[in-house]
Amino acid sequence: MVQATEAPYGQKTQREPAVKDVHILWTPDGMSCDGDTVSVTAATQPSIEDLLMGAIPGLPKVHLHNRVLAYSQGGEEFLRDWHTAAEDRLGAPFILVVEGSIPNEQIKTEGYWAAMGNDPKTGQPITLCEWIDRLAPKAFAVVAVGTCAAYGGIHAMAGNPTGSMGLADYLGWNWRSKMGLPIINVPGCPVQPDNMTETLLYLLYQAAGLAPMIPLDEQLRPTWLFGKTVHEGCDRAGYYEQADFANEYGSPKCIVKLGCWGPVVNCNVTKRGWMAGIGGCPNVGGICIACTMPGFPDKFMPFMDEPPGATLSSLLVGAYGKVIRSLRALTNDKANKEPKWRHHSRELVTGYHPRNYGNGMEQSRQAAAGQAPIGTSKRMDQPR
Amino acid sequence: MATVTVPEREAPTKSRKLVEMSWDPITRIVGSLGIYTKIDFANKQVAECYSTSSIFRGYSIFMKGKDPRDAHFITSRICGICGDNHATCACYAQAMAFGVRPPNMGEWIINLGEAAEYMFDHNIFQDNLVGVDYCEQMVKETNPKVWEKAQKTAAPHANLHRYRTIADIMTALNPFTGEFYREALVMSRLTREMFCLMEGRHVHPSTLYPGGVGTVPTQQLFTDYLVRLMKYVEFMKKVVPLHDDLFDFFYEALPGYEEVGRRRVLLGCWGSWQNPDVCDYDYRHMNEWGKAMYVTPGVIVDGKAVTNNLVDINLGIRILLGSSFYDDWEEEEMFVKVDPLGNPVDRRHPWNQTTTPRPQKRDFAGKYTWVMSPRWLHPQTGEYLALDTGGGPIARLWATALAGLVDIGYIKATGQSVKIYLPKTALLPETEFEWKIPKWSNAIERNRARSYFQAYSAAAALYFTEKAMKDLYEGSTRTWRDFKVPDEAIGCGFHEAVRGVLSHHVVIRNGKIANYHPYPPTPWNASPRDVYGTPGPYEDAVQNMPIFEENGPDNFKGIDIMRAVRSFDPCLPCGVHMYSGAGKVLEVRHVPMFGVHA
Repeated sequence: MVQATEAPYGQKTQREPAVKDVHILWTPDGMSCDGDTVSVTAATQPSIEDLLMGAIPGLPKVHLHNRVLAYSQGGEEFLRDWHTAAEDRLGAPFILVVEGSIPNEQIKTEGYWAAMGNDPKTGQPITLCEWIDRLAPKAFAVVAVGTCAAYGGIHAMAGNPTGSMGLADYLGWNWRSKMGLPIINVPGCPVQPDNMTETLLYLLYQAAGLAPMIPLDEQLRPTWLFGKTVHEGCDRAGYYEQADFANEYGSPKCIVKLGCWGPVVNCNVTKRGWMAGIGGCPNVGGICIACTMPGFPDKFMPFMDEPPGATLSSLLVGAYGKVIRSLRALTNDKANKEPKWRHHSRELVTGYHPRNYGNGMEQSRQAAAGQAPIGTSKRMDQPR
Repeated sequence: MATVTVPEREAPTKSRKLVEMSWDPITRIVGSLGIYTKIDFANKQVAECYSTSSIFRGYSIFMKGKDPRDAHFITSRICGICGDNHATCACYAQAMAFGVRPPNMGEWIINLGEAAEYMFDHNIFQDNLVGVDYCEQMVKETNPKVWEKAQKTAAPHANLHRYRTIADIMTALNPFTGEFYREALVMSRLTREMFCLMEGRHVHPSTLYPGGVGTVPTQQLFTDYLVRLMKYVEFMKKVVPLHDDLFDFFYEALPGYEEVGRRRVLLGCWGSWQNPDVCDYDYRHMNEWGKAMYVTPGVIVDGKAVTNNLVDINLGIRILLGSSFYDDWEEEEMFVKVDPLGNPVDRRHPWNQTTTPRPQKRDFAGKYTWVMSPRWLHPQTGEYLALDTGGGPIARLWATALAGLVDIGYIKATGQSVKIYLPKTALLPETEFEWKIPKWSNAIERNRARSYFQAYSAAAALYFTEKAMKDLYEGSTRTWRDFKVPDEAIGCGFHEAVRGVLSHHVVIRNGKIANYHPYPPTPWNASPRDVYGTPGPYEDAVQNMPIFEENGPDNFKGIDIMRAVRSFDPCLPCGVHMYSGAGKVLEVRHVPMFGVHA
């Protein structure tokens, strides 16, 4: 008999997370467009409400502090937890999420490029850099969301007036959190929605003691998200293999000659789609401009020109691809024809020999004895 | 709760005690905006309003020397919620500069994408960001008496939206736990899927190009779009009456609430959705193709249309300085002296602007802003008008209604109103909504117009789907047309970003970008005092407005101010700072105690 004190059988499989609460302090107040925050509201795998409302088992309770999605009206009410975290008094671990490029505030004598809230002592804005300096040493993990925060991105392009850079350029590429985690980069311009919520999910599993150290590559990206190229997941890659290239936008063929960098770019958008499996880039006719890459954007501009490497590789694939394409066209033509025994005439030629259909078919079986069944005859392959 | 910077201080006039209160950063908007006010609690009125923002990124600077074909990829990144509006507007400017007219199918696909953007963005802003200001939790904390009344007030359209009382609507708007809040969030994903079908990715599209789109038009593309659209159409049949009930209730529960966020009717709309049968992107025909757009461009002053001509609109734009962290460009080069029609172009027009930043300490008595002051020069009166967009929809509906040009079956502009027809959906019969020109340009009417424009966008999308499918069945499936980048050219694009007017001006020399200046809606709405002393729309709207919140200075949330500011749908990634009221002699006005205290 079950003891009253014993947990019901279902709960035996459940484990309390190693920590009860985790705060996510997410600032879009770098040199950003808030596009990564907005992007994440599109996520469904998991959704932001899945994370916040405890819809996934085993996780600590999540408290999100993000300017766009906050209940408070802002100001000090909103910033209170940020100051508390900076003083290491939150009483629970926190993940710092930085969105936007990090400007270089050192290159000028006064003023600011990016800030959040005011310093009560000076009445001047608190720069994003100051917030990073205060918060990063206390964080359980630091995440750079979007290519701007990860590597500098658009606002760090040649000719920019602010000296912008990525978070790892600012903190150092060998930086470790107090729990030993490197900076986690989730690039994309903007970030693919589910890539970001799934990375947060992983970190929550890790904080809960359910997952090992998050696997990252040399550019500090989660390996399961960025280990493959756009091309490897692209449903137009078959056209490339057959050297069948689009020469104008709007064609369903491979668009590598129109500026697509997919063959050399680490990104899963062609596998995951943009949201709910819909949309993406080259798979739906948009050239890959390499928006997830550390070299973005300068190394890929002008975007609409054929990548220099693609000229050679598409030339090499040309001869092979054209042969393969014509052979496949032949086979495809055959595969597109039904076997000959599917017809409406009075004769059964499937290879089955009926004994008692009562219409004279038995004789025809005897007459056919010794012959190969029609279904195995080479004649079926002849064009009709 | 707001920050009390100085608990109490002597006001410029003897009879007033003003309390400084600030909210920086302000939440539930896109971008960094700080609001600084001085409040007269005794008279329940805002005496002064200042606003600031805190980033400068320098798009106009780093775009110089780049390939003009890259403009839409780069400028999309200006904004993280309506980046596609920038990309689209840049493609319009490129089309003019390159002399390329996209095939009709390309234009229908862009129109369908942009319609989905309006449907998504207005929806998430209205019900997940603005809606929180009207939710149970907020109303209980700021106006308990209003909450009491809401519980006793039946919702007139309960049969449609299924919320019995106004209080039930407010409960449904509670963040994350509220049923309607979550429904709206889910719906915002459905509309973004529609967007991704047409433009590839949200928020920075992948399939837009100068000359058209890379999207492949197939039966499946339009099926996938249309089945989602019809779910949204059904949603609209509940959402519009729900918001009418909620907003009408505020007028009833708080007499005088029409003064919240109210300012003179000074609205700008640059038009939306090209008509591919008319639009050839030739500047010389811009008046004609501007008037053929499915949202009519217009400048409205005191309720009257001053012009619907995009050429007039273009030539009237002036970028003024006064309080910004930039050097002036009086001594710099003039890029465009005359437009392609031979009209003179002013030195202060975006085509001739040179951006030179000069970072410095924020000093409210001197330079305090990264943004300039866009104004529109009234051709008759010579006033530099601080136009606002009212967050977009109110200006679009107003301009379209007055012009009476749009008549596409699903939408009809009547001269005084806009009629919107929605066909039968799975569970609800065919429905007509009529947006009528309101008495005021205020917070409630800006918000109400947003709901109606969501329905307008859905109706327009039904029309665009029909047109696109007709072309598909006739075999007109080309979506892109080739072009050559000229060595020397100019171009301009006019569009409606979700939250209002958007223009891109480009100058090409030696095949490269020589000058590029985008003007999104928020610099118009949140502009600082210009060199002539004209205040910007936020200050105008907030300054001297009454306060209805029941809390005193100790636990003041500033709900009425936040409702006024959010009604403009602020979107700050363009970097806006503003300040008003320096040295202004405050008017002494004794505001009667409004309804809640009666």
